[in-house]
Amino acid sequence: MLIALVVLAPSIFLVAIFIYGFIGWTFYISTVKWDSAVVDYTFVGLKNWQRLFNDARFHSDLRNHLLYALGFMSQCIVFGFLLAVLLDLRIKGEALFRTIFIFPFAVSGIVTGVAWRWLMQPTTGINLLFAAVGLENLQPSWFVHAKFGMLAVSIAAAWQFTGYVMALYLAGLRGISYELREAAAIDGADSFEIYRYVIIPLLAPVTFVVIVLTGMNSIRIFDLVAAMGGSGPAFATDTLAFNMYQTTFGSYRFSLGAAIGSFMILLSLFLVVPYLRSMRGEVER
Amino acid sequence: MSNVRRWLMYVLVAALAVGLAACAAAPAAEAPAVAEAPAEQAAAEAPAAEGVPSGPLEIFSWWTTGGEVEALDAVYAIINERYPEIEIENAALVGGAGQGGAMKALLETRMMGGEPPDSFQVHLGRELIDSHVIADRMEPLDFLFEEEGLNDVFPQDLIDIASYEGHPYSVPINIHRSNMLWYSPERLAAAGVEAVPTTWDEFFVAAEKLKEVGIPAMGLGEADQTMAAHIFESILVSVFGPDDYRGLFDGSIGWDDARVTEALEILNKMFDYVNPDYLSVRQGEMVSAFATDEGVAMFISGDWSHGQLKAMGYTDYSWAPSPGTDGIFIVLSDSFGLPKNAPNRDNAIAFLKVVGSREGQDAFNPIKGSIPARVDGDPSLYDEYQLTAMDDFASNTLVPSIQHGAAAKQSFILDYDFAINEVAANRDVAKGQAMLVQAAEDAGFGE
Repeated sequence: MLIALVVLAPSIFLVAIFIYGFIGWTFYISTVKWDSAVVDYTFVGLKNWQRLFNDARFHSDLRNHLLYALGFMSQCIVFGFLLAVLLDLRIKGEALFRTIFIFPFAVSGIVTGVAWRWLMQPTTGINLLFAAVGLENLQPSWFVHAKFGMLAVSIAAAWQFTGYVMALYLAGLRGISYELREAAAIDGADSFEIYRYVIIPLLAPVTFVVIVLTGMNSIRIFDLVAAMGGSGPAFATDTLAFNMYQTTFGSYRFSLGAAIGSFMILLSLFLVVPYLRSMRGEVER
Repeated sequence: MSNVRRWLMYVLVAALAVGLAACAAAPAAEAPAVAEAPAEQAAAEAPAAEGVPSGPLEIFSWWTTGGEVEALDAVYAIINERYPEIEIENAALVGGAGQGGAMKALLETRMMGGEPPDSFQVHLGRELIDSHVIADRMEPLDFLFEEEGLNDVFPQDLIDIASYEGHPYSVPINIHRSNMLWYSPERLAAAGVEAVPTTWDEFFVAAEKLKEVGIPAMGLGEADQTMAAHIFESILVSVFGPDDYRGLFDGSIGWDDARVTEALEILNKMFDYVNPDYLSVRQGEMVSAFATDEGVAMFISGDWSHGQLKAMGYTDYSWAPSPGTDGIFIVLSDSFGLPKNAPNRDNAIAFLKVVGSREGQDAFNPIKGSIPARVDGDPSLYDEYQLTAMDDFASNTLVPSIQHGAAAKQSFILDYDFAINEVAANRDVAKGQAMLVQAAEDAGFGE
């Protein structure tokens, strides 16, 4: 036990300073009056938090994160699972398709954002294709929609992340022994029923991991938004991270920015704690 | 049992973290003081340290589009000629105007970290003072103004804008006018509009005629959430007049004033006559489209658009003050300052000398589409528009621009942009005004 502590001490020390120390520092800054380029450590208690919770922009952010999480998680899970099932049929050229599907994950968020910004430009891109096939009336305004712009961002994000989810599901599918499917088939289950009652329940741990990963992504989304429309028309595509960035480095309201950052940490805990608990369960099993 | 021990470990780690955070607090607070000392030393010694400036020179700016890049390059060419030993690192990043784009955010990070560039572009006025001078990050430039005789060649009003507590902190390189209406005479004529509108009432009459022939009267590129805010400052000036407009920033006139509502109503009505894709195009894209057959009839923008159109080789346009602002010059100026701890201070001073020189300003401004901040610019170098702007600058009433950092501090500009963008996106005047009132309160005007 003592040796373990000694060996681990340097990393515990570094993690303590560079992660927990700075988290603590951020929380501290959120309780002072540092709202200009001049550093000001006057203690103001929860005034910044109060301001934050009454801020219309913050309310838009919460709504946007919810919209984004709904769109992003559902697309990733549905399409990721479907692609994995298709690949699991052991089709020809599986390795090629696997690479193609997972490739967007290797592209940086900024590149994805710029590409989709052009694809979703209301007067060009996809809308021209719609018009070309006779859908002149279907001309969505995508990420500049003043209410649902965030869903358009979630499409771009899902395009990038679905391949990774597919890989997770594929690994899960490969772990399910063939005998189980055979047994279900002998019991009279058709293929839909095999998926519904055997495979999907067995993949529940994978789905859980996917939910945690996509959920974390939904909280910290920044790069795509920055590359696409910024905070968007009337904050339609604003997110907590983007708000924090502008509040801190655009308006120099460091304390308010720290409050936003601290809030994001608290929000993440809702996902991380159950995840850690399940990991512990697995280790002990 | 193993669970209990594990939890003990967690508690231990957490306790360590809290302890360290407390320790970390003290040194971080002292750090800036330590960083300042060498700067003052350097300031005292440097004028004595002679020699040919050499080595790197890093300049931050947000000049990245046509007209701007060439203009900055012209200044760099002079430096290369005068100081061949200096290697210029042009650190230009988009996003300087309005809501603290990429360049300003990176600059702020570098300044806070005590690693400033050698010099950087900043709007003359409150942007420089509130963001950097009050934070004690800039060197006063009295010595440079005296050595180079700049006190005699810049108008006193301009030096006052550049100064804080009587010391100038940056060298203005140019003067831009914000309230300009650029228009296509051909498109106006096609709709039967005989004269360019001089009031907003006339504008809406003309806009209705243009609408009938299918031409959007006003160009708008609001994807960056800054252009409508730019237009709105000229509407504010047209409704308030110069004196009361200034009152909006010293607390004597509240942003809940009925005339602010009136100005917002004009803006809101204007959105009925803009290019329909205004929420998704950027300002530069809209101006590029203006130079094609599909463009709008008019747009309100600063005279840097003149530089952009010139760089594109487009000539079929004319100009006028924006509706209701004849005789008023909404002024903004780009300038360069000297950060404390500039890594190559001598090179930075050499650069600032070129920026303030007649040669530098006459190289930069004809290309940029702006006019020199010096009063002794060579008229033969400037085009027709610039010559009228130089006359107007000398004779008109000057008022500071909001959007471009002269009238109010950075955080107000950001809030102001969002309020106007709210109106642009949701067409909700009441909500927009409520946001403006909140922004003014946060900015503490008049305190």
